[in-house]
Amino acid sequence: MTDEPLVLGIETSCDETGVGIVRGTTLLADAVASSVDEHARFGGVVPEVASRAHLEAMVPTIDRALKEAGVAAKDLDGIAVTAGPGLAGALLVGVSAAKAYAYALGKPLYGVNHLASHICVDQLEHGPLPEPTMALLVSGGHSSLLLSADITSDVRPMGATIDDAAGEAFDKIARVLNLGFPGGPVIDRYAKEGDPRAIAFPRGLTGPRDPAYDFSFSGLKTAVARWIEARRAAGEEVPVRDVAASFQEAVVDVLTRKAVRACKDEGVDHLMIGGGVAANSRLRALAQERCEAAGIRLRVPRPKLCTDNGAMVAALGAEMVARNRAASDWDLSADSSLPVTDPHVPGHGHDHDHVHEVSKENLYS
Amino acid sequence: MLLLALDTATPAVTVALHDGTDVIASSSQVDARRHGELLLPAVDRVLAEAGLKLESVTGIVVGTGPGPYTGLRVGLMTADTFGLALGVPVYGVCTLDGLAYAADIAEGPFVVATDARRKEVYWATYADSRTRLTDPAVDRPADIAERVAGLPAVGAGALLYPDTFPSAHEPEHVSAAALASLAAQRLAAGEELPAPRPLYLRRPDAQVPKNYKVVTPK
Ligand SMILES: [Zn+2]
Repeated sequence: MTDEPLVLGIETSCDETGVGIVRGTTLLADAVASSVDEHARFGGVVPEVASRAHLEAMVPTIDRALKEAGVAAKDLDGIAVTAGPGLAGALLVGVSAAKAYAYALGKPLYGVNHLASHICVDQLEHGPLPEPTMALLVSGGHSSLLLSADITSDVRPMGATIDDAAGEAFDKIARVLNLGFPGGPVIDRYAKEGDPRAIAFPRGLTGPRDPAYDFSFSGLKTAVARWIEARRAAGEEVPVRDVAASFQEAVVDVLTRKAVRACKDEGVDHLMIGGGVAANSRLRALAQERCEAAGIRLRVPRPKLCTDNGAMVAALGAEMVARNRAASDWDLSADSSLPVTDPHVPGHGHDHDHVHEVSKENLYS
Repeated sequence: MLLLALDTATPAVTVALHDGTDVIASSSQVDARRHGELLLPAVDRVLAEAGLKLESVTGIVVGTGPGPYTGLRVGLMTADTFGLALGVPVYGVCTLDGLAYAADIAEGPFVVATDARRKEVYWATYADSRTRLTDPAVDRPADIAERVAGLPAVGAGALLYPDTFPSAHEPEHVSAAALASLAAQRLAAGEELPAPRPLYLRRPDAQVPKNYKVVTPK
């Protein structure tokens, strides 16, 4: 293959309607419409509000991405879409759009995994992923350590959170501190002016007998809330900046410590960090410091590519095309709990479904 | 004229092709949980049956509900995206209007009611198969019993609540064939069909979190 595949990717697993276009590992467009403001007053993402917003935003966002990329729909080599994991109703809007678009244009459809996409997006920033790559994915929906030998076929879970996702802990502490939603950016901002060593908050699952690569943020969340309540009960002012900095330090300390340890244990010399929390400035700084000390090369995409977007889906779709992975069938479904070990949802071939065959005749003849 | 009609606002996943005169192919499957999986293969099948390609379609007709949201959006999103990819207009038709058209009741008034779940129905009254008298609404059957008393009724919502709708009868679900025929008639008569906007009729369920839970034992 001489030309790199031109792929459009659609992402609707949470509250961002993302449409991205890539050519191989080159980013051409990254259009995102977010419904985050509509969720702010609820203090969290409301699934039905997100799904309604996806339906409204989809066609304009596809249009915008095509214009931004300066390509024609007919020149695309494939359509990729997040098939899961995520909010079921929200995923279904994107899957419906992707199927209709691929079918109408006569292009192959690739239902791909949201988590694998978060890893693959770094190809747009730092070129092809080293094989293997260790990835730390941290956001409001997930906190996982994944080892990928081939992003299109081999993603192995090393560890994950046993309770809250890291991003959720940020949201909850921001709410306790009355700082609004989402919590990540605002905690990061306050923490910059606070002392990360002011309060010694607990580091979850870091005991000698604890699972080495799993995370827990629920105990930390409770400890921080208790600390704040004790202050309030005593009529004292809560030192918001120090609390934010100390809480944030506890989170990123555990995340980076475990990620570096996983790299060392597995003999992997590249660490990739993705997901919304990867935009956190302290996480980026501490990861850099610890990776350097351990001789590990750190790869973190720019913040806009860390949060949910369509370019990451397109990036993984392009890799599926480049590596000749099987396309998905027209009955592709949204799977809210798609396992991380399934980087994509290939069609079931000739065994018990001839739908794809019929379509090819129908569209290409 | 070649219209592709689809509706996913009721438990039926239904697709039809209409050439301006007749329905030339159609498919209806009832499975409330698999709208997302069934719709595209159904479109594919209907086109294959007619020996046509999607490119030859000149307009998309889609049922705008009211209906349970998740399923409803499958049809609307599919229709919108077909419209974008093919560069053809997308027409919205109220799903209850499609059922009224299929009801084949010469003289009204009559009621069309579909299942809105949570012990409610989506409903409207009609003067005849093409003339709606009331805006689509969502209510508990008992609350509208007086207003629909003595009227014939069609649709799954009517069949489900015989106390309120004692003379309920078929059709149970909408068919895209009826939707397409109705749209073709309206277009031929020079009527303008509205853009496809979902009729949700309910606000999204969303609880504003209470002041955060106190975790310190008192
Ligand atoms: Zn994500």
